[in-house]
Amino acid sequence: MKPVSFEYFAPTSVADAVSLLQEHGPEAKLLAGGQSLVPLLNMRLARPTAVIDVNRVEGLDYVREDGDALAIGAMTHQRTVERSELVQRVNPLLHAATRLIGHPQIRNRGTVGGSIAHADPAAEYPAVALALDAEMRIVGPNAERLVPAADFFVTYLTTALEPTEMLTEVRVPALPQGTGWSIQEMTRRHGDFALAGAAVTLTMDGGACSDARIVLFGVGATPLRVQQAEERLVGERVDATLMSEVGREIKTSIDEPLADIHATSEYRRNLAGVLTERALVEALERAA
Amino acid sequence: MAAKRDVRLTVNGVAYEASVEPRMTLVDMLRGELGLTGTHVGCEHGVCGACTVLMDGRAVRSCIMLAVQADGAEFMTVEGLASEAGELHPIQQAFIEERGLQCGFCTPGFMMTIHELLQETPDPTEEEIKDALGGAICRCTGYESILKSVRSAAKKLQALG
Ligand SMILES: Cc1cc2nc3c(=O)[nH]c(=O)nc-3n(C[C@H](O)[C@H](O)[C@H](O)COP(=O)(O)OP(=O)(O)OC[C@H]3O[C@@H](n4cnc5c(N)ncnc54)[C@H](O)[C@@H]3O)c2cc1C
Ligand code: FES
Ligand code: FES
Repeated sequence: MKPVSFEYFAPTSVADAVSLLQEHGPEAKLLAGGQSLVPLLNMRLARPTAVIDVNRVEGLDYVREDGDALAIGAMTHQRTVERSELVQRVNPLLHAATRLIGHPQIRNRGTVGGSIAHADPAAEYPAVALALDAEMRIVGPNAERLVPAADFFVTYLTTALEPTEMLTEVRVPALPQGTGWSIQEMTRRHGDFALAGAAVTLTMDGGACSDARIVLFGVGATPLRVQQAEERLVGERVDATLMSEVGREIKTSIDEPLADIHATSEYRRNLAGVLTERALVEALERAA
Repeated sequence: MAAKRDVRLTVNGVAYEASVEPRMTLVDMLRGELGLTGTHVGCEHGVCGACTVLMDGRAVRSCIMLAVQADGAEFMTVEGLASEAGELHPIQQAFIEERGLQCGFCTPGFMMTIHELLQETPDPTEEEIKDALGGAICRCTGYESILKSVRSAAKKLQALG
């Protein structure tokens, strides 16, 4: 057996899960889809003393419309999001991002909450959460709070979640009618984590850009919003020249991404620029 | 060592019970405790697809699920494809005819993946086939013959109605 020995709990309510977290301290780990945690257990990169399996917690598996937003339960499988007509209609960017996560067999188990809580800097959901101003509903021992994406992703695999807290819901504002969107990424093989990627939204008003969001992933410790590039677009008539300029500027302006065996820092930076330009072009086509 | 826990599950229509340590993965229980060695185990971190089984009808990686999580669920493994009388399943027949395997290491995972695909999408497009199979690695065949096997299996299953 590969993982270290641990105690196992399978609570059926959020309150029980949170009190188990309190009882077992920072060496306890919640287990959602297990698609990130169990590989880490198998490689002993994670050595928890207690594993708290939240798959039997009731009432965290839903996608529903709530005012102008989609409310998604933390334990909703990525596959459910992929197949939800509601998501496709209200938030095609979220839908497209889901299709880029691993493979169908991974999405069958992987959850929305797990991906956001894990906060892999190359993951699609955190980037889209930041691009769309999603909010995370977090339940702790004494209180519940809503944390905006801008404050949620702290650094590499680290979020605003305290060791005694559980993410229970992700609220994703609807993509406004007429807003163009795109998500572009480069992977070594279909379904792999992105070497780099860009998620973009673009709102046009009377020929000029009234709002833009550009979020990069796979190039920093967290998903990275590039406000400087967004400001280059707002108020402008967006054309091919401007989009290519913005892409070029990204290549030189972002901090040097980490290099690993899959890609050098320079290559990742270059990709970030190229993918941003591609994403802008596609988003503009889609913008009404 | 953490206390063992009892797991009750159904595999290929047969009820099983096992007592396992929480850290045991599902694939280790299937192979080591239940003696169902048809499911293979390759990378043990979710990447290669060799260990894919159906859990309540969904293709999942049995190397990155804990055995204790299987409690109460229904599984299908490659051993469940052929009939009790030994008649091969159309997917298996198609693999033989189209030479969908060489060493056979990846085959159980591919077959379970294809089973899920054809249950949901009896007449898949090329794109849908590739999307489903993208999560499985084969070091021998070069994939072309596996794609042919899927198309052939789809036809066979449709003919059966
Ligand atoms: C082969 C393969 C390819 C993959 N490719 C991609 C990819 O391209 N893009 C991508 O984004 N992901 C990819 N993944 C990861 C996948 O999306 C995971 O499902 C996801 O990262 C974690 O979700 P999970 O539900 O499996 O969580 P788990 O693995 O169960 O948990 C991950 C972490 O989050 C914590 N956690 C989980 N749920 C909660 C919660 N509700 N509250 C607080 N903490 C929680 C856990 O304690 C753990 O630390 C891939 C995985 C594999 C195996
Ligand atoms: S052994 Fe499970 S995916 Fe490779
Ligand atoms: S047949 Fe040998 S790995 Fe696929």
